[in-house]
Amino acid sequence: MAETTSTTPSARSSGATGATIELENLTKRYHGNPQPAVDNVTMEIAAGETVVFVGPSGCGKSTTLKMINRLIEPTSGRIRIGGEDVTDIDPVGLRRKVGYAIQSSGLFPHMTVAQNIGIVPKMTGWPKSRIRARVEEMLDLVGLDPGEFHGRYPRQLSGGQQQRVGVARALAADPPVLLMDEPFGAVDPITRDHLQDELIRLQRELHKTIVFVTHDFDEAIKLGDRIAVLREQSHIAQFDTPEAILTNPADDFVSGFVGAGAALKRLNLTRVGDVEITDYPTATVDDPLQDIFQRLRAGGTNEILLLDKRGRPYKWLRRGDLMRAKGSLARAGTLVHDTVTRDATLRDALEAVLTDNAGRVAVTGRRGAYEGVVDMETLINSVHEMLEADRLDALEHQHDLEESRAGQTRPGQGGGGSGERGAPA
Amino acid sequence: MSTTGGRRPGGEHEVRGLVFRDDGEAETEPEPEPRPPSPARAGRRISRQKLTLLPALLIAVLLATWLWFRQAELDPVSENALSDGRVSKALWQHVELTVISTFFVLIIAIPLGVLLTRAAFRKATPVAMALANTGQATPAIGLLALLVIWLGIGRRAALIGIIVYAVLPVLSNTIAGLKANDPTLLEAARGIGMSPLGVLTRVELPLAVPLILAGVRTALVLNVGTATLATFGGGGGLGVLITTGITNQRMPVLVLGSILTVALALLVDWLASLAELLLRPRGLEVGT
Repeated sequence: MAETTSTTPSARSSGATGATIELENLTKRYHGNPQPAVDNVTMEIAAGETVVFVGPSGCGKSTTLKMINRLIEPTSGRIRIGGEDVTDIDPVGLRRKVGYAIQSSGLFPHMTVAQNIGIVPKMTGWPKSRIRARVEEMLDLVGLDPGEFHGRYPRQLSGGQQQRVGVARALAADPPVLLMDEPFGAVDPITRDHLQDELIRLQRELHKTIVFVTHDFDEAIKLGDRIAVLREQSHIAQFDTPEAILTNPADDFVSGFVGAGAALKRLNLTRVGDVEITDYPTATVDDPLQDIFQRLRAGGTNEILLLDKRGRPYKWLRRGDLMRAKGSLARAGTLVHDTVTRDATLRDALEAVLTDNAGRVAVTGRRGAYEGVVDMETLINSVHEMLEADRLDALEHQHDLEESRAGQTRPGQGGGGSGERGAPA
Repeated sequence: MSTTGGRRPGGEHEVRGLVFRDDGEAETEPEPEPRPPSPARAGRRISRQKLTLLPALLIAVLLATWLWFRQAELDPVSENALSDGRVSKALWQHVELTVISTFFVLIIAIPLGVLLTRAAFRKATPVAMALANTGQATPAIGLLALLVIWLGIGRRAALIGIIVYAVLPVLSNTIAGLKANDPTLLEAARGIGMSPLGVLTRVELPLAVPLILAGVRTALVLNVGTATLATFGGGGGLGVLITTGITNQRMPVLVLGSILTVALALLVDWLASLAELLLRPRGLEVGT
């Protein structure tokens, strides 16, 4: 996912892409409390990057987020968005340029979906026709049918739908920066998974700068280009790519937060399309039996994948099946139960391979057409390669870090992205 | 409150049941669900029963009273008290007293309630509530007597008495309604860039409307009742008929005054309940 950072041109010409966010020595103290709630946070977030703040409850991650749009005024420190110092400008004007999405309770229950989405453009003085068009566009963008959902009230929607509307509202005025405060905290796990996928898809199209707060480390790994693991008072324990945090946690606190099964979580970060897909002998249902026999013998395998008329995986055929088929393929072979797409994570692929009785799964592309096969061996090999590469990266990175620490004593900052600076000589 | 008549008939739970069923691709499929509310729904909020039952009852009572008076033999004292349009004048005065006092109650209590829920004035809330409480705890007739001593006989003293008496329900309901709003919702409103005034007018007040209206309804009914006391301060109204009936021991006059007062109170309450249903923001009724 690290490649999403503004390397590909924006698919939507209309969209304003992300802006940088710089936090400098940001501190929040509350009256009567000697300990600051947020202590001296310094952080740079690149344009178009998704940064996830993750940490235990009460660590100040939410407070830090709310200081970016100054819902909570910082006691000291500076905030810069897109290079502009916004620490002292009018907070109302600032917030209209920064999208804000929270849990479903953030929708106004007395306004329709359309009114909820259109409210920020309306406040900024867009003409009515433009607002209407924008509302339709946003509903479409978050995967809700405009005709159907336009006039509904939030209470007539499911939790997941409300959340989509919340994201649509945050994006309606096309802000370069989007702040999300545990937006998927209140929905069930299945819906949450869908919403996360949608957000990844959206971000691929829009390239906003997203700051996302969660206490769920798996969510952080899935969504973040970089993750800031925060401990109490918002001290940054580690600020790095998900890969680096998984393979090389900075200290016990971070590894405690990563939890068990880092290698398994690593599988979530790689897509099937990134690993080697083996070719498999195939035949289509229209092929004459004789041809299929020939191909089986030539392929040297015991099995052949039968595709249907549209090129989609249909049946696995063994030699023995063909012997018994007696001229008709109608009853021979075993049906293909499960396939994975190129965009599926390796974890999904592993799941499919483990449940398949022969330990392989067909990979499909557009419209479910066959593209290749992944089996246990490929998976194990690619995971090994991946972990090895991560380890090398992390070592290099650690070296970098130690050097920069020796140079400037600022322990809080993790440095910008692994592998960007070349290896030290 | 007996406002249950306006609930949407059934169907409200189907919507909630969707939570686990949909999402992902399923959303594009047509769902067997009540259509989104259209403007036409406004009419459906009020059931036919609600619309007709009470007016029919009132008409029946008034008709019966009128028939009884047509055949009743009235002595000169009663005749004198009821002739020359005195009844309609008293009724009209009563309506005026009610309307004017309610108007002032609204423009005093609602802004005061808004003010007292702002951060800057929140500390003054207990004091203001205590004052409003005293206003209502004081016997209305005692309050009126004091005001007459202070301001002299006339409609002004009567009106002020009625207003002081009715501020409390509207004020306390306004405060309660505004305080009941979900703080995270208000934070979201500020977070998307609403000014403090915008948050108040677009989010806080609309959401507090049901409670505020309930307070207004209480105040209206109270005012119809208290206005009968205006006669002691020289303010007129249906109280004139009642007191005349009592002091002269003329049953028909007393009965007519009472029946008209009761009918007016019920009518006002009915109108207010309709207003409550019509003015409540859409979207709040599902699941509440």
